[in-house]
Amino acid sequence: MQAADSCYILNLMVQCQQPQLDASFAALSDSTRRGILERLGRADASITDLAQKFHMTLTGMKKHVGVLEQAGLVTTEKVGRVRTCKLGLRRLEEEAAWIERYRRLWDARFDELDKIVAELKLEKVDGRKMRK
Amino acid sequence: MKNPTTVERKSERELVVTRTFNGPAHIVFEAWTKPELLKQWWAPKSFGISFISCEADVRTGGTYRFVFSHPASEQPMAFFGRYIEVTPHSRIVWTNEESADGAVTTVTFEEMGDKTLLVLHELYPSKQALDEAIASGSTGTSGAGEQFEELDTLLVTLVRS
Repeated sequence: MQAADSCYILNLMVQCQQPQLDASFAALSDSTRRGILERLGRADASITDLAQKFHMTLTGMKKHVGVLEQAGLVTTEKVGRVRTCKLGLRRLEEEAAWIERYRRLWDARFDELDKIVAELKLEKVDGRKMRK
Repeated sequence: MKNPTTVERKSERELVVTRTFNGPAHIVFEAWTKPELLKQWWAPKSFGISFISCEADVRTGGTYRFVFSHPASEQPMAFFGRYIEVTPHSRIVWTNEESADGAVTTVTFEEMGDKTLLVLHELYPSKQALDEAIASGSTGTSGAGEQFEELDTLLVTLVRS
């Protein structure tokens, strides 16, 4: 029973997080973006640094960083006029764990709510019978 | 078999929880709007939370205040806010005012045959507010699942190559 339950939870978890995973893998399908991650793995860098390094326009680099950011692989922070990029791997992992715990909380609440709904349904049926 | 609960971060500012219940919308709605019923399910025993008090005046403009205890916390935890909209059997909207960056929660009940689809939507004031809510609850986390470990391995390989 215990084993079946955890299997079930894992399946659900994978299902609900598929969109984010798809975004992550799509972001990694581009060699420039993999290069950006490699670079950020060595040190944080500004959009300007990255654009120079990869011989791209600022606009082009912003787009790539945007895709990585959407996928949760990179985080950026603007200080003054400079936007600094860093690897966002830890955040991605933390977010997934948090979302799963949040899901378990609602799931536990809703299991209890199921019982109340069943009881109320029964009460209504009994009540109707009694009035008849 | 029980109905599954799903959670998705729909956007930078939104979380969406869904679940189907085996009963008509008016019954599910009743369980959300009567404090004596709400009290029976909102603090699940398996999470170690228990109600100290549960006050809820569930009507448009009404307020609520839930106070819980948890073995890990010496101080009781209070959650409070206002009901912005209460439409019988279909919709409840409330604020979460225990923190300045609290979300606005909307719950909708949609009857489908003899079942009800419940969608709970939380809208945070900013991306930062939701990120912080996640970060503050992220200490001492358990594993994030095999798929993410796989992705992390892939990334580590890429970054180090």
